[in-house]
Amino acid sequence: MIAIRAPHLEIAVLVLGITILLLETFAAKIAKKTFAYAGVVGLTAVLLASFFLAPEPSTQQAGGFWNFYTADALSTFFKRFTLVTTIIVLVMMVDYAPALRKADESTSANLGEFFSLPLLTCAGLMYLVSAVDFIFIFVSLELVTISFFVLVSFPRRNPVALEAGVKYLILGALSTGFLVYGITWIFGVTGETNLERITAAFSSGKIDNHAATFGAVLVLVGLGFKIAAVPFQMWVPDVYQGAPTPITAFLSVASKAAGFVVLLRVLQPFLMLPNMQRLVVLIALLTVVYGNLAALPQNNLKRLLGYSSIAHAGYLLIGVACFDGRAVTFYLVAYLLMTLLSFAILIIVAQQTGEEISSFDGLAKRAPFLAFAMLVAMASLAGLPFTAGFFGKFFIFVSAIAQKQTALVAVGIVTVACGFYYYLKVVRAMYWQPSTNDNAISISVLSRAIMILLIIATIVFGVYPQPILEALRR
Amino acid sequence: MLLFLVLCPIAAAVLIIAGAPARLTALVAAISNLFVTLLLLSRFDQVAAGFQFVSSFVVSADWRIHFAFGVDGLSLLMLLLATSVSVAAVWFAGGIDNYERAFYACLLFISAGAIGAFASIDLFFFYAFHELALIPTFLLIGIWGTGNRSAAAWKITIYLTLGSFVLLIGLILLYQSVPATARTFDIREMQAAITANPIAAPAQRHIYLLLLIGFGVLISLFPFHSWAPEAYASAPAPAAMLHAGVLKKFGLYGLLRLAIPMLPDGAHYWMYLLVILLLGNIIYIGLVTIAQKQLDWMLGYSSVMHMGYIFLGIASANILGTTGAAALMFAHGLSIALLFAIAGQIRNRTGTLLFDDLGGLAKVMPFAGLVFGFATFAAIGLPGLANFASEIMIFFGAIRNGWEMQRFHIFQIATVLALWGVVISTVYMLRAYRSTFMGTMNERWGKLVDLGAGLRIPVALLIAGLIWFGFFPQALVRMVTPTFRTYFTATK
Repeated sequence: MIAIRAPHLEIAVLVLGITILLLETFAAKIAKKTFAYAGVVGLTAVLLASFFLAPEPSTQQAGGFWNFYTADALSTFFKRFTLVTTIIVLVMMVDYAPALRKADESTSANLGEFFSLPLLTCAGLMYLVSAVDFIFIFVSLELVTISFFVLVSFPRRNPVALEAGVKYLILGALSTGFLVYGITWIFGVTGETNLERITAAFSSGKIDNHAATFGAVLVLVGLGFKIAAVPFQMWVPDVYQGAPTPITAFLSVASKAAGFVVLLRVLQPFLMLPNMQRLVVLIALLTVVYGNLAALPQNNLKRLLGYSSIAHAGYLLIGVACFDGRAVTFYLVAYLLMTLLSFAILIIVAQQTGEEISSFDGLAKRAPFLAFAMLVAMASLAGLPFTAGFFGKFFIFVSAIAQKQTALVAVGIVTVACGFYYYLKVVRAMYWQPSTNDNAISISVLSRAIMILLIIATIVFGVYPQPILEALRR
Repeated sequence: MLLFLVLCPIAAAVLIIAGAPARLTALVAAISNLFVTLLLLSRFDQVAAGFQFVSSFVVSADWRIHFAFGVDGLSLLMLLLATSVSVAAVWFAGGIDNYERAFYACLLFISAGAIGAFASIDLFFFYAFHELALIPTFLLIGIWGTGNRSAAAWKITIYLTLGSFVLLIGLILLYQSVPATARTFDIREMQAAITANPIAAPAQRHIYLLLLIGFGVLISLFPFHSWAPEAYASAPAPAAMLHAGVLKKFGLYGLLRLAIPMLPDGAHYWMYLLVILLLGNIIYIGLVTIAQKQLDWMLGYSSVMHMGYIFLGIASANILGTTGAAALMFAHGLSIALLFAIAGQIRNRTGTLLFDDLGGLAKVMPFAGLVFGFATFAAIGLPGLANFASEIMIFFGAIRNGWEMQRFHIFQIATVLALWGVVISTVYMLRAYRSTFMGTMNERWGKLVDLGAGLRIPVALLIAGLIWFGFFPQALVRMVTPTFRTYFTATK
């Protein structure tokens, strides 16, 4: 039996993605949906394979490739995380395809690309979580971003999507510029791109602290765009609203999670610099306040979820500021479950009535299952006990209190209460408001299965978080 | 058995959503819960201190969180309250034409939340179970409420969320104030660790204030009370019964369970503040209650006012006072549930609860009048009913209080003022009774029907509790004293 090693996973995903892309080009007869299902099956196989990884030799001895690639517990965990997200996003895409076809006749021919590009993104994200070298971080980040440029503006006849695409393109390019400029400053100061050696250089005390800080701040700005931290969040609402909904989900979950993993990795050296923690605390404060306040008046659910994703980035940054990787990871898992669940429901409901919150009026009458699923998702996003979202917030608050970050805690309490308001607005629409439309909504077997799995996972991790805490330790 | 108590309503709620006959399933679940509680009561060893019937499952070994249940006298008393009011609430529900299943499921979830919170001996689940009731309450008021239901539902939800997150911060601080090696969410181990190694006084003050505000919002302590009357006025009667009767006692239970034994210095430091706030509850809210023109609002305010007495018992920090507080929690729960139940029945029949519209209803609804009158006397604190026994204990406890005091002290003043509160509550209760059931009857109400015979059972259940503990308060005192005795010997 061949031992499966960590880098094989990405290679498998890349091969899968390119194969599907080629097949799509040369075998025009195959139904487009088949590609999506092939992707789902292939990724599931990779996901299973990730549980049978052969142990890696320790990084110091290996050298070469291992200078910029790591296979630690964190990266393996987030590879699985990315794979799960991509699988669910592919299933959502199948549900979304009719809407895409309806909007634009000509895109239907390209649906194969729509189904294969996420695989390339997935590979990029998997590399990203393993990257421990600035050059490698940059390269994999570009693989992710460029495939997202295409995906966001995929319905190219739709002006809203085009606007979203252009915004994402320009701001993405800008943030990349910041990132590269920051990396060069750091390289100039330390002569290194490997994070571990940069840490050593920073802590040696023999470097120019001002120059290093300047470089670090630029890198943080670049990453701030990726994770949508305030004040680098302005692209989020428009892009989230304009992009095809599954892509929005993909952006807000997988891309954000990878951004946070990179942030955790680069902060290891950066926290050696003076004032860096204070800066992160400040960004966290701004993000959590802005995200929650801006979400309050929203009436479009997709936009609301966009703002709420900024808010959640804020809570995650609180965890990052306290440098609690475990809390951040758990929060990201909870965030994955509840966000994907709400987007999956949104896609199905939106095809019948629309994306406004008022489109959900009386959903409990029309589709009790969807309404209940949404109730669970919203309860978890708001942070109610017995859902994964509560444990996420709980761990974050525990570490903030342990670090005596009084301001973060105080602001956190108020914003959590804001969150209850706008998430429960959706619940109110579903259960209180009279229905305008009495047609039942049909759900495909696969999406229903995915939703049930997500609901169960949300509740199980809300009562029993230990599996995730265990997985990180190995 | 405790696990059954908690899981039974949840399982029943799931069954109801899945399609089981709603009312029947809910009733069976609630009644079987009451029987299990009575069974626990009969097997409970009243002499032993500490928790009994403990069952525990590890949830997170890293954080030492356990899914653990156990009861001592205090929590068993609260369980008895929760299960009997649940039975009554489910019984009084009926005639739901809109989302009937969801209504019963929500009631059962509130019941499960209250039972879970009272039976938990793990701090994490103690908190989590209380929150379980939040969304069902929001839905109950929002979907089936009357009056300005939307505003009421938002108000209660936002208030309770803020309160409970303040509380959460307090609880996390409490957790972290134990030395790192002994950190645990198990209330018993936490108590032992703190008794062996008391928390520093300044830390105690912070934590106690957070807990007081957090729990205070949930209990509707004076400046944080404004959600309560509105929510109870709008809520459908069964929801108001469960919330005012049972769920609100969670905060008081929390103060008795955590704040008094673990933070004695904090309690001492903030004693003056608490006494002033609780006088706000008794006197200010009492006067506000007199001014109400509508039966449901009046009941809502009266339930806020009575919290003041319970706080007085807690503030006095001696066995007598806290025992009285525990007893009044139980008695108030039963009597307010009864009052809300009758008010709900009247609203179902007349569509209004304005005092000006009502009057003379005792002619057409003699049984309802009798029950309401009885509950009125209980709420005022007539001798022979459980409320009287508890209030007497609170007053004596407060005068003697557990602190070292000068000859003339704030507790004497507070007690005297609180005694006047009894007069205030007599005024508004009797006025409400007169303008609802006595006097000349409006022509419109000539055809009203009295409560159905079936409803006599839950009424009898609640009244039996009030009378039993009114005549034999010793039964109740003996249950809770061992718990409190360990508190005050441990801290002195």
